Amino acid sequence: MGNTDTRFSQASGGWPLMREERLQQIRREAQDLGIVQQKGIRPVGAPFLQASAEHGYYGLPVLKGPPWTPEVPAYLFVGGAAGAAAVIGSVAGLLAPSDRQLIRDARWVAALGAVISPALLVSDLGMPSRFLNMLRVFKIHSPMSVGSWTLVAFSSTAAAAAFAHSFRNGGGSLRVVENAAGALSGLFGLGLATYTGVLLGATAIPAWYENVRVLPVHFAASGVGAAVSLLELKGHASNPALNTLGIASALTETLVGASVEANKKPAFAPLKSGRSGWITRIGGLLSGPLPLVLRLIAGSSGSERSVRLRRIAAASTVAGSLLTRQGWVAAGRASAENPSVPLELPARPALAQTT
Amino acid sequence: MKVTAFLTDSTLCIGCKACEVACKEWNEVPADGFAWQGLSYDNTVALGHATWRHVQFVEGNPQPGHGGNSPDLLSWAFLSDVCKHCENAGCLEACPTGSIVRTEFGGVYIQPDVCNGCGYCVVSCPFGVIERSPDDGRAFKCTFCYDRQKAGLHPACATACPTESIKFGEIGELREEAEARVSELKAKGFDDVHVYDPRDSSVGGVHALFITRGDPKTYNLPPRPEVPTVRLGVGWKSAGVAAGLMLAGTLLAFLGGGHKAGGHADGQY
Repeated sequence: MGNTDTRFSQASGGWPLMREERLQQIRREAQDLGIVQQKGIRPVGAPFLQASAEHGYYGLPVLKGPPWTPEVPAYLFVGGAAGAAAVIGSVAGLLAPSDRQLIRDARWVAALGAVISPALLVSDLGMPSRFLNMLRVFKIHSPMSVGSWTLVAFSSTAAAAAFAHSFRNGGGSLRVVENAAGALSGLFGLGLATYTGVLLGATAIPAWYENVRVLPVHFAASGVGAAVSLLELKGHASNPALNTLGIASALTETLVGASVEANKKPAFAPLKSGRSGWITRIGGLLSGPLPLVLRLIAGSSGSERSVRLRRIAAASTVAGSLLTRQGWVAAGRASAENPSVPLELPARPALAQTT
Repeated sequence: MKVTAFLTDSTLCIGCKACEVACKEWNEVPADGFAWQGLSYDNTVALGHATWRHVQFVEGNPQPGHGGNSPDLLSWAFLSDVCKHCENAGCLEACPTGSIVRTEFGGVYIQPDVCNGCGYCVVSCPFGVIERSPDDGRAFKCTFCYDRQKAGLHPACATACPTESIKFGEIGELREEAEARVSELKAKGFDDVHVYDPRDSSVGGVHALFITRGDPKTYNLPPRPEVPTVRLGVGWKSAGVAAGLMLAGTLLAFLGGGHKAGGHADGQY
């Protein structure tokens, strides 16, 4: 360090000016070369980001990411699966009334989700004691408001359908209750499994709003995949209709994944790189191509091998569906941290992290 | 009732942060921590749940002749950032409890006794202003000093500003004042002054206008902010299609349920 000191004292007269001048030198060097060579004075994170039309305000974020706890992506998964299960339950009740087991299990998956979903959402609230404020108004412009009302409607009808099914003992007025509540829960289930796509899509977060068209279809397919898989794991792995649905879901997920991968827009980067990218990609693989191949090989012959393959596909789909939602929320967070999309900044080489 | 606005002028700001302090004192905003961010002398960093005014420090190239700068020293521009109080406010539209309302002065106000902390306003703000407090759990941002305006006073930040960099008044008058100020500055040789007032975007204008030295992007002001509700139409249409495919797919799968289902493409979405 002795050399540096000599250079310092030669540089100028007074000590304060000398320091200012030296700081200036370092800045210029950093600006021109992208790095400061001298040992011991290299600032962490060089090259410096500046406040400019190319960097925004020192590269600091313009937007704020979702403040949600892990309960919210968990809810996106549970709500999606429950909504789809209610649809399966009502359709099975209509078209396959002889399969009492399947109807019962589908109704119970829906009802369980109907109980868990509000609990997850309430525990994420900053003030859980005020959860009823969600029902203070109905705002068509707020997907969160529409979703809250949909969830309430779904939860009550899905729970009613499951209880009516359990207590009806073969007919009577409870059967009417079960069918009516089941049909309604299926209807609200369609909303529950799809609105979450609008919830994320209609925001200021680039990675989400660029996908506002895809997200509802993506989340619906993910929900159907999860519901089918939960039912298969519950012992319906030889039901052919479920495998058809599983194939349709896995095919949709594969197409969604491919379209995201193919998109070169900068807003898509958090879905393909970094931690959020890995979660989204692994989630996509587990709920798209992998179960698709397994299900096509398995068919629905009901043979021991087919059942085993479908159970593996089912486990993979459930894990994939859960990871997918985690990935999208994480991608939203990463997307909010990058100012280049909202500020329309020119493309630039990746800079070292400054925080 | 007068519709009011802020006009914050970076050419007059001296970076004293009196606005930050006055805001905190009047509104009893908690401390927002202290961390050297190492990028400039601005250690407030960003607006947030406990930061409703934020003085930005923009270091520029040396500008000899302006304000007596030495040819060797960097120039400095400051700008006190604040909630934009959008005409079409993303946070207000997104709020599911009706906690966020429009006041009679045109400002956007969170009723703290209604907010339940769902956090959806946070991702709906195109300016990244509103934030959920991890301690309190609710969302907070600039109130536009609604209480002071009710009492006929000016907001605390505008009152405290020693250089009249923060002006407060009727929005139409301030818009005219901004244009006049920019012409005045341009006549004096400052060619890089801009008024930030995104009236052409879906946000439809703001109640916090800014005069900046240099591109407004330098101050993290987005050139084309969009209120997220513009995406609702496409989103709900897509949700409708998704729900339709989901129902049709399930019906088809169960209609064909008796057969070997491996090759069925019926249930596709």
